[in-house]
Amino acid sequence: MGLLVNAITYNRAPKLLAAYAALVFAFLYLPIVVLIVYSFNGHGVGGFPPRDLTLDWYRQLFTDDAIWASVVNSLVVAIASVCIALALGIPAGLALDRANFPGKGIFRRLVLLPLVLPGIITGLSLLLLFREADVRLSLVTVILGHGTALISIATTEVFAGLQKLDRAHEEASLDLGATYWQTFWRVTLPNLKLSIIGAALLIFTLSMDEIAVSFFLIGRDNTLPLEIWGRLRRGITPEINAISTLIFVFSLLAIIVWYRLRMRAEAVDNELLV
Amino acid sequence: MNRPLSAEGFEAQASSRAQNSALLNIRSVAKTFGKHAVLHNISLDVAEGEFLTILGESGSGKTTLLRIIAGFEHATSGEVWMGGERLDLLPPYKRRVNTVFQNYALFPHLSVEENVAYGPRVAKTPAGEIRTRVDEALAKVRMQQYAKYLPSTISGGQQQRVALARALVNRPRLLLLDEPLSALDANLRRQMQIELKTLQREVGITFIFVTHDQEEAMVMSDRIALLHAGELEQVAAPAEIYSRPATAYAAQFIGHTNLLEGEVQAGVARCQDLSWQVKLPDGPVSFSLRPECIRLAHAVSAQNAVYFRARVVDYAFHGASELVRVEASHGHTMTVRTSSHGKLRGEAELEFDPADAVPVRRPK
Amino acid sequence: MFSRAYKLAISLPPLAWVAIFLLVPYGLMFAYSFWSVSSAQNIVHSLSFANYAELLSHRVYRQTLLRSAWIAARVTVLSLLLGYPLAYLLSFHAVRKKNVLYQLVIIPLWVSYLVRAYAWKTILGTDGVLNTVLQFAHVASHPLGFLLYSPFAVVLTLTHIYTPFAFLPIYASLEHISRSLIEASNDLGASRVQTFRRVILPLSLPGVLAGATFAFVLSFGDFLAPLLLGGPSGIMISNIVVNLFGASYRWPLGAAISFCMLSLVLLLLWISGRLEKRWAYS
Repeated sequence: MGLLVNAITYNRAPKLLAAYAALVFAFLYLPIVVLIVYSFNGHGVGGFPPRDLTLDWYRQLFTDDAIWASVVNSLVVAIASVCIALALGIPAGLALDRANFPGKGIFRRLVLLPLVLPGIITGLSLLLLFREADVRLSLVTVILGHGTALISIATTEVFAGLQKLDRAHEEASLDLGATYWQTFWRVTLPNLKLSIIGAALLIFTLSMDEIAVSFFLIGRDNTLPLEIWGRLRRGITPEINAISTLIFVFSLLAIIVWYRLRMRAEAVDNELLV
Repeated sequence: MNRPLSAEGFEAQASSRAQNSALLNIRSVAKTFGKHAVLHNISLDVAEGEFLTILGESGSGKTTLLRIIAGFEHATSGEVWMGGERLDLLPPYKRRVNTVFQNYALFPHLSVEENVAYGPRVAKTPAGEIRTRVDEALAKVRMQQYAKYLPSTISGGQQQRVALARALVNRPRLLLLDEPLSALDANLRRQMQIELKTLQREVGITFIFVTHDQEEAMVMSDRIALLHAGELEQVAAPAEIYSRPATAYAAQFIGHTNLLEGEVQAGVARCQDLSWQVKLPDGPVSFSLRPECIRLAHAVSAQNAVYFRARVVDYAFHGASELVRVEASHGHTMTVRTSSHGKLRGEAELEFDPADAVPVRRPK
Repeated sequence: MFSRAYKLAISLPPLAWVAIFLLVPYGLMFAYSFWSVSSAQNIVHSLSFANYAELLSHRVYRQTLLRSAWIAARVTVLSLLLGYPLAYLLSFHAVRKKNVLYQLVIIPLWVSYLVRAYAWKTILGTDGVLNTVLQFAHVASHPLGFLLYSPFAVVLTLTHIYTPFAFLPIYASLEHISRSLIEASNDLGASRVQTFRRVILPLSLPGVLAGATFAFVLSFGDFLAPLLLGGPSGIMISNIVVNLFGASYRWPLGAAISFCMLSLVLLLLWISGRLEKRWAYS
C-alpha cells in the first residue's frame, strides 16, 4: 500500500487524496486478500490470525468431483454464451451503426437493457418463457439466458469499434469489386478484431461468474457459481476459497495477456498517427 | 455536350470531343438529404479518355456527385449511364469504376502488395495473374520495393501511389479521384499533379478528379465542371472558363477578377461613369474584367478603349506580376495586374478593351 | 452505401432474437401478474387484479420495497464517495501509472461476486477478522454481533461490489474533459478547488449519473448478498420474489412484484437518460 501511495504522490497528487485512494484500494482488496490467505488456513474459514498454513484445501479440491463437474459445465456455458452473444451482438452493432428501421431506438434500449437490469428480472422473465413454451430447464436454458443477457456486451463493443473504423475502408473494398459478404469478412471483421476479442473475453468472464440468471434457469447440472452457492448455504467450506483463488489467478493471467495485446495494438495505432 | 448552361444571350460552351464518344452520362441527377438539397438537376457528359475535374468549394456537392457515380450514394432522382448501360442501379462492386479516396483508405491490416491485390483477389483471379498484374501496377507507380510494407509505415506520397495502383490494377473504365492530393504538402502536390496527368495519358483511362483548388484544376484538366451550391455553373476547358466565364461566380472563383455592375440601354453599357458599346439586350448586366486586361493608358490609345483615372490604394507582390488595387475616379475599387513592379503608383490613367469585359450571369 | 439486403441481414437476426428472448418474456411477466394459482397448483389464465391488490394491502411488501430502496441509496452514495475521488486522482494526477492503477480497480471484478460476498462474511463474523482485531486492539471487549446479518453488512458488501461500477463511467467522463479547459480555468485565475467545482464536476456529471444509476439499480435488485449476510432485518424485495417463485409457488404474485420492479427501474433509467442528455454539453 505504501508503494501505491508512492506511485501516486510521485506525480505530485495532493497527499490527502492519495491517502484516501489508498484506503479505497484497501477496501477493494481486503476481501480478496482474506480469501487467498484463508485458502491456506489450517483452521478453515474462522479465526484470526490464520494459523497452521496448509495445502489441504487444495488437495481436497482436486478430489472433489462435483466441483470439477460444475467447472466443466460453466466452461461449456461460457463458451456457448460467447458464441451466441457474438453471433447476434456483431450484427446488432452493425445494424445500430448503419441500418435504419422503425423502432431502432426501442431495439437499442432493449438490447442494452439486460446490462443495467437486475439479473433477477432477466432470469425470471426467461423462466416464464421456458415454462410457457414447455422447455425443460437444463444447461441449454442457462446458455440461452446468458447469451441473451450478454448480447449487449458484444453490441456495445462492436458499435464502439465501428465508430473508430473509417467507413472509407469498406467503401474502398466495395469499390474494388468485393461484395458485401466479402467486404464483411475481409475488411470489417479484421478491423473489429480487438473489439471482438475484448467482447468475447468479457462475455466469457461474466458468464463464468453469472449467478442471478442461472439461479432461475438451472436444471440438474450446476454451474460453478451455483455449486459454490449451494455449499455456502450449507456452511463452512474452505475449499471454496481454494477454487476462488485459483480462478482469480487464472483471471489475472488473462488480464495480463489481454493488456499486452491491447498495448501492442495501441502501439500500432500510434505509429499510424506519426 | 451538356445542355446549354448559359441562360439568355450567353454563348453556349462547346466541346465536340464529349459529343462524339461520351463514356459517362449524368442525366438530371438530384440528391437531397432529408430536406436539404445537395445536388439540383445535374447533367454532365464525360468523354472516353478525358481528364475532367469537378471543381467546387466544400459543401458544393462535388463529393456527393462522385459518391453517386461510385455507387456509395443513390441519387434522389435522375440517372447515370456508362458505355450505354445504366450504372446507377448497380451496386458499387459491379461497377467498372474505381476510386482513389481522399485519405487513400488503404486497408491498415494488409501490406502494400495485399492492398493492390485486393481487387483481383475478390474477383477470384488466378494467383499467377494476380501476381503479374500487381507487379505491373506497383511498377507503374514505382512502389515495387515497398510491396511488403504496411500502409502505416510509408509516407503520404507513397500511400497516394499505392492507392492509385490499387485502383488501376482492376482496369476500370473510369477512375474517380476524391481530392487525392489535399493531404500532401505544396511541393509534393505539384509533383504529383504532373505525375497524375502523365499517368492518365499513359493508361488512357477516363479520370474524374474532384478538388476545391482552382489552380490544381487548371493545371490538370481537359475540362473543368464548376459546381456551386449543388448546381453546375459552367463546364468548359480551363482556358475557356478563364477567359469566358459564364457566371459571376465562375469569374470570381477562378482567378482574380473585377466585377462591374451596370445597365445596358440601347446598345450602350453603363457602369458608374464608364460606358461602352455592346451587343446585348437592355437591362441590368454584370461584366467580368480580368486585372491583366487593364493597362496603363498610352498616348496612342487603342481604338474605342475605355479610359479612366485612378489612384493606387494598395499593392501586393505576386512573383512574375504585381496586383495593384486602385480607386477609380468613379468610386469603384478595381484590381490591376501589372508585370512592371513599382511602376504603377500614385495617380495613373488606365484603360481596357471593351471586348475584355465579359458579360456574366449574376446570382439570382 | 449499404444495400437493402445487407441491412436486412444485419438487422433481422438480432431483432428476431431480441423479440423472442426479451420482449416476449417481459410481456409474459406482465401477463402472469394478472393470473393466479389454483388450489391444485395450476396457473389460472384469467384476468384478475388480486395480485396487485395484495401488494397494496400488505405492509410487508411496501416496507421491504422501501428498505431495498434505502439500502440501494446508501450503496449508491457510498460507491460514488469511494469511486469519484479515485477516478479523479487517476485521471488528473496519475500520469505514468494510470493504466496500472486502472487495472487495479478493475481486477476485483474478476473475483466471483459470491466469493467476495462470502469473504465479507469471514471478515464480519463474530469470530471473524474484524472482531478479532477489534478485541485484540481493546476497542471492543466482546464480539460485535451487529456487524454480520444486518443491513449494515449488506450495504458494506454491495458498496464493495459496485464501487468499481461507479468508478468506470466517472473515470470515462473525466478522461473526456479536454485538458485545455483545465488550463484555461487556471489561466483565468481559478484555484485547483475552484476549477474542480466550476469546470470538472459539472462536466463529469453524466458519468456520475451513469455510475449512480448502475449502482442503485443493480443493488436494488440484489438477492444474494441479503441471503448471505443480511439476516432477517436485511431482507430485500428480490428475496421475497425468490421465495414466491420457490417454496411458496406463487408465481403470479412474484411476477407482479418483478413487474413493479421492472417498471421502477425503467422509470429510473428514463429519468437518468433525460438528465444525462441535459448535462452532456457536446
